[in-house]
Amino acid sequence: MSKVIVVTSGKGGVGKTTTSASVATGLAQKGYKVAVIDFDVGLRNLDLILGVERRVVYDFVNVVQGEANLKQALIRDKRVENLYILAASQTRDKEALTKEGVGQVIEDLKADGFDFIVCDSPAGIEKGAQLALYYADEALIVTNPEVSSVRDSDRILGILQAKSKRAETGQEPIVEHLVLTRYNPERVETGEMLSVEDIVEDVLQIPLLGVVPESEDVLNASNAGTPVIMLEGSDASEAYKDIVDRFLGEEKPHRFLQAEKKGLFKKLFGK
Amino acid sequence: MALLDYLLGQRKQKSATVAKERLQILLAHERSERKAPTYLPAMREEILQVIAKYVEIDAENLQISIDEANGVEVLELNLVLPDEKR
Repeated sequence: MSKVIVVTSGKGGVGKTTTSASVATGLAQKGYKVAVIDFDVGLRNLDLILGVERRVVYDFVNVVQGEANLKQALIRDKRVENLYILAASQTRDKEALTKEGVGQVIEDLKADGFDFIVCDSPAGIEKGAQLALYYADEALIVTNPEVSSVRDSDRILGILQAKSKRAETGQEPIVEHLVLTRYNPERVETGEMLSVEDIVEDVLQIPLLGVVPESEDVLNASNAGTPVIMLEGSDASEAYKDIVDRFLGEEKPHRFLQAEKKGLFKKLFGK
Repeated sequence: MALLDYLLGQRKQKSATVAKERLQILLAHERSERKAPTYLPAMREEILQVIAKYVEIDAENLQISIDEANGVEVLELNLVLPDEKR
């Protein structure tokens, strides 16, 4: 049974594409056949984060409009077996995607034996974002511990619950997972940043899939066109591996929630 | 100075606490709006017109919401009547 996963957030710049790239890579590393689709028509970036920007010949819009077939447009990742990327179009406007067209592509991917279809949503709540979530079975809500991001996530949750195909046809609702990114335990400890508990228990009230700590490695990885999950030894990589494991049903304690212990001297006189 | 912050900071509310409280209030409001039936704005207008026939009121002062309390849906109508001018 193939599953459609949407990675969404409402707000821009919180880590949707980083999360899409790493989760798709992680699932493929586990041996599943994965397609990751960039829905951000006009502002594609998933190709860049995955380092395949020079290999895009045909894109998602070409397929939807029948100008190319899926086989021609899917870019096979050279590092990870079973990972395929469908880039967004850089030139067309957002109207180029239709509900029927997107549905057909997803059906075709399912028929091709893909286990997971990861939909990287654009920011906002307009058509592109609504199409990205429409066919989803599960959703990763990417949120930063910051007021505007949390509010927008709540907004997107409302749309998932009302405007998805599952909602419209009265099926089981989309399974929601919270992915908290750019988390800074030091600032949480000093009371300057919303904590995991604040967000999960008191505000959004959806199950937590994982916490990704604020990490310099995310920028280093995107500079190199490598999904951060492949940066061995980095905290962000470990966090995304945990997220993939938990998504696949494994029980794992949450990590990266505590600040590193400081010495007494630093505690009293440090910044 | 962390030591000074620590001593002074005890009384001041942390910014994360402020953020949480603001979000809780805001999201409760936005969620109830989202769940509100689509006829609510039109109904509000009509109720306003009826009331306006009898008393002079400011449209801003009428609040209508549908809440759920103990499993019962409650239509709440809140209106502040103006001071009577004599």
